[in-house]
Amino acid sequence: MSQNDIRLQVMWNRLLSVVEEQAKTLVRTAFSTSAREAGDISAGVFDVEGRMLAQAVTGTPGHINSMARSVKHFLAKIPAAEMKEGDHYVTNDPWLGTGHLYDVVVTSPAFHKGKMVGLFSCTVHVVDIGGIGLSPDGRQIFHEGVRIPIMPLAREGVVDQWLIDLIRANVREPVQVEGDIYALMACNETGERRLSAMLEENGLDDLEVLGEHIIARSREAMLKEIAVLPKGTWKSHMRIDGMEAPIDLHATLTIAEDHIAVDYAGTSPQSGFGINCPLCYTDAYTAFGVRCIVGPEIPNNAGSLDLIRVTAPEGSIVNALFPAAVNARSTMGHMMPDVVFGALDQALPGRVPAEGTSNLWNLKLGAGQGLTGATARPFMATMFHSGGAGARPAQDGLSATPYPSGVKNVPVEVTETVAPLVVWRKDLRDGSGGEGKYRGGDGQIMEVAHRHGEAFGIFATFERVTYPARGRHGGADGAKGVVKLGSGAVLKAKGFQVIPAGDRLVVEMPGGGGMFPKE
Amino acid sequence: MQHRLAVDIGGTFTDLVLEAPGRTFSHKLLTTPDAPERAVIEGTRILLRSAGVEGAAIGLVLHGTTLATNALIERKGARTALITTQGFRDSIEIAYEHRFAQYDLTMERPVPLVPRALRYTVPERIAADGGVLLELDEAALREVCAQARADGVTAIAICFLHSFTNDAHERRAAEIVAEMLPEVSLSLSCEVCPEVREYDRASTTIANAYVRPLMDGYLAGIEEGLRGLGLNAPVLMMMSSGGLCTVGAARRFPVRLVESGPAGGAILARHVAAQNALDRVLAFDMGGTTAKLTLIDHGKFHMARSFEVARAYRFVQGSGLPIRIPVIELVEIGAGGGSIARHDSLGRIQIGPDSAGSKPGPACYGLGGTLPTVTDADLLLGRLDPERFAGGTMRLHPAASEQAFAAMGTSAPVGVAEIVDETMASAARVHAVENGEDTAGRTMIAFGGAAPLHAARLAQKLGIAKVLVPRGAGVGSAHGFLQAPIGFEVVRTRYTRLDTLDEAALETMFSEMRAEAEEVVLQAATREGLVETRTAFMRYRGQGHEIAVPLVAGMAATALHDAFVAAYRTIFGRAIPGLQPEVMTWALSLARPVGDPAVLAVPAPSDVPAPLQRRALTDPATGLTQEAALHARDDLAPGALLRGPALIIEDETTTVVPAGWTARINAAEQILLELLP
Repeated sequence: MSQNDIRLQVMWNRLLSVVEEQAKTLVRTAFSTSAREAGDISAGVFDVEGRMLAQAVTGTPGHINSMARSVKHFLAKIPAAEMKEGDHYVTNDPWLGTGHLYDVVVTSPAFHKGKMVGLFSCTVHVVDIGGIGLSPDGRQIFHEGVRIPIMPLAREGVVDQWLIDLIRANVREPVQVEGDIYALMACNETGERRLSAMLEENGLDDLEVLGEHIIARSREAMLKEIAVLPKGTWKSHMRIDGMEAPIDLHATLTIAEDHIAVDYAGTSPQSGFGINCPLCYTDAYTAFGVRCIVGPEIPNNAGSLDLIRVTAPEGSIVNALFPAAVNARSTMGHMMPDVVFGALDQALPGRVPAEGTSNLWNLKLGAGQGLTGATARPFMATMFHSGGAGARPAQDGLSATPYPSGVKNVPVEVTETVAPLVVWRKDLRDGSGGEGKYRGGDGQIMEVAHRHGEAFGIFATFERVTYPARGRHGGADGAKGVVKLGSGAVLKAKGFQVIPAGDRLVVEMPGGGGMFPKE
Repeated sequence: MQHRLAVDIGGTFTDLVLEAPGRTFSHKLLTTPDAPERAVIEGTRILLRSAGVEGAAIGLVLHGTTLATNALIERKGARTALITTQGFRDSIEIAYEHRFAQYDLTMERPVPLVPRALRYTVPERIAADGGVLLELDEAALREVCAQARADGVTAIAICFLHSFTNDAHERRAAEIVAEMLPEVSLSLSCEVCPEVREYDRASTTIANAYVRPLMDGYLAGIEEGLRGLGLNAPVLMMMSSGGLCTVGAARRFPVRLVESGPAGGAILARHVAAQNALDRVLAFDMGGTTAKLTLIDHGKFHMARSFEVARAYRFVQGSGLPIRIPVIELVEIGAGGGSIARHDSLGRIQIGPDSAGSKPGPACYGLGGTLPTVTDADLLLGRLDPERFAGGTMRLHPAASEQAFAAMGTSAPVGVAEIVDETMASAARVHAVENGEDTAGRTMIAFGGAAPLHAARLAQKLGIAKVLVPRGAGVGSAHGFLQAPIGFEVVRTRYTRLDTLDEAALETMFSEMRAEAEEVVLQAATREGLVETRTAFMRYRGQGHEIAVPLVAGMAATALHDAFVAAYRTIFGRAIPGLQPEVMTWALSLARPVGDPAVLAVPAPSDVPAPLQRRALTDPATGLTQEAALHARDDLAPGALLRGPALIIEDETTTVVPAGWTARINAAEQILLELLP
């Protein structure tokens, strides 16, 4: 390793710490529970051409490639030459950002000594974005809230108050949404300051040499990983619940000499409800699934991601087109790694886990005029929770743990402090993990009531209620999920429903699939 | 001035320092894990002899220990049970429902200290507002007690939901358990950690219960053993927060002692900072397996409210047990002299977190180690003199180091030194930004066996131009105990919105907290001179992370608002217009501050003796190898000035003075390294 290589590695490490600092600023200043409790955010640095050089490791694989692509959309609309120091640009367009309106992306040019040297971008899931709320019941994107095209948020340090007013007028929690937008700007500003200090200290004028090094090194490393894999094409299929009808997910995975391609031809057409997934988000979770098996320690950047190519037929549910409703696009996105693993397992036996719950089993609860009737305390609360993950090739699956998402839960005591709810039970659901030599992870059982016995509503987006997580190589399937009332009636797995006054919501989360027959 | 004794029990060594008027005596001996008091008593006997005094001459004993930490890491605590709210048996196993290693499909969460069979539940429920939703089922609790007896439990943690808001059920349950199981050691979450977030609170309470019988026995043993030497002075324990408490308090809340060793090191650094009138300091402690970095600003530590102990899965953040106690905020990374270096799949150098430890040790120890370590790299760069390591008691073998590095290429030692320093530098930078601080322009204070070897280069990476290496850095923590203030902190989680702030109720709560703190502090200090500090942990309504806001007594809501906005702006650059702040947690600390030491005078220049020899020294910053003068630290008098490249050796470490740096010996015989402009 030459002295120059060492210097470049040191600066690469530094760039990774710059984006980690950027991400920490966002978590510490954000308002939405998804960001502050669950860590559902992303942050990264890009070269002036919009190629991603480094990305913080956060709880959100869904932003891996979607955010990386997003910056190119920004540059296509606002050329770098027009960007000035102190500018911030924004969008939440699902097809230009990270897949649904709730994710607000802010991209900001970074300057050093008066010259633009790159861009910082970050994403946060805001508390509310208007429309029908957290529900998959929307039929078109227009039902789902305010859509912000790519546009300036601040010009030379001055925030566009007219835009902020427009957003505030369209959301249920204007103060917190504005707070999140400030957090996004603070996040990129932290990145820009740290980058400038790094360039100064290393006597560099820009990121060109370092950027080329990062991209070339990562690309080489991925090529090396791919080179040792068996070449060929493998297919897989997984059926999931869907909303109005079951959905068939078909994947064709090709390991070529110099890249891996995943195509979703044959997958069901887009839904009439908000469980559709734009391609950027399909791409993100597909790439994540592949990267967990192939070169997991290689950092995410344009060099490593370029070698995983994801395609899907236009108008399929994993490449949903405008104006499809996409609010609950993670319903599809979270399933991508399981479909990828189905194919990879044939190419690389013994490397991939069994299917898991995969979708987050978030309890999105609320009450208010027009939803549940008059109440002294309207509320909206999202509790992040998970069922069981699939058994691993030589280990049991993790119980009550998300995969592929990596978010944290919201503590019961925090939920009960911010919303008039009482969680009466939150225990592992014994025996829900599929049997096998290695057992699937167990789900959990939660029982929730209103603190004062009033009615409250659930915006359900649950999967694995009809079709369970399948075991692999003779392992048993995980238990299906159950959503019901304490009084016994079964609820639908998707859509808004009311838990009547005095009753409880009972959620039995699915278990993961087992691995190999039980001995 | 009275005699004082400081004792630090580490995993390998027990360090003792006896401070006599005008002189200190120190002694290091192997820890005796089966009965740790033995090494303490033995070491004390030796020091009393060296100082020529009787035990009765000692006026105060200061003590810190990693025993509690080690019991948690090695899982050698009591057979502990949990009694919790029905419906929440698995809460400590479900933890945060989190994958802390995103891309690693084989990760495992920490195994709870209490197995499921010993997690008992009883019907009861308190609401978030403190109201009782379900009365405590005493009959069910009595059945649980019978079961615990049958299960042979010796310690019990009681953790009910929302007990930090209403502790009635936990206290009633404690009465019943105490009555039915009088032999069992009890820890209540409303006492150990009265704060929101059920998993963190339970984890902390269980850790306390788990180490309590052990610490109880040990602390009783040490008091008795010292009395046997005629030493009847009060014993004060070092806490993770950097404060001291009585043995009585330590026996109730042993979990508060877990980071006492690093806290001692940080206190030493603060003392050195005061001697040198330094406002902005970065303390840097690097030993065999880990490095610790701490910011000290204007004589104050940054404090944290939680940390992780016993990281079980590859030392990854998130793989340990969360402990919520006041702790000096420090960043600890798996990088030390023994850390093993290798190439990853990208051909990049990776270091640690695994360490060759003391057995087999780095390859150059010649004790059978074959893997290249940071110490091997340091040796090959010429930073260590193989003939004079550990005072010449242990010969190093450069050939073994070369062999260990053979597979990594000839430039690997430079790369390893650079990458380990860069790893520590990035950890320091992230740590600084989390505290709204910067590393540039600080003075570094370096101690621990490996720190003086890496300090100058690390400093450069952090924009630091001054480094101080104190004398006696090898027993730094014990030295630090002698400088610690006597103090105790009380914390209450009480969610408060500023628009409904009841100032009278707030004052009442603070008086109660003050009384609780006094109960501890007055055992070791008089009432006068005590300083009370109040802090609110605040955020904008809707945020999830609080910042610490200093309070003054009787602050009205508007003043509290302004104090928050000022603190927020300092950390994050800009405040958010129109948002309402709220308070989650209140803290009161009561301490008898230690007066700052006198600032050192500048000594007159003194001559530098001829170097012992000259050695080839490679500077990783440039890759250049130059002749460096080798000096013994004891040969350099205050006022001596050296120019790099040079090496200053002592028994426990070597200070590297790279080219472009000078080294100056100050009045306290500390080495001051300065980067030439």
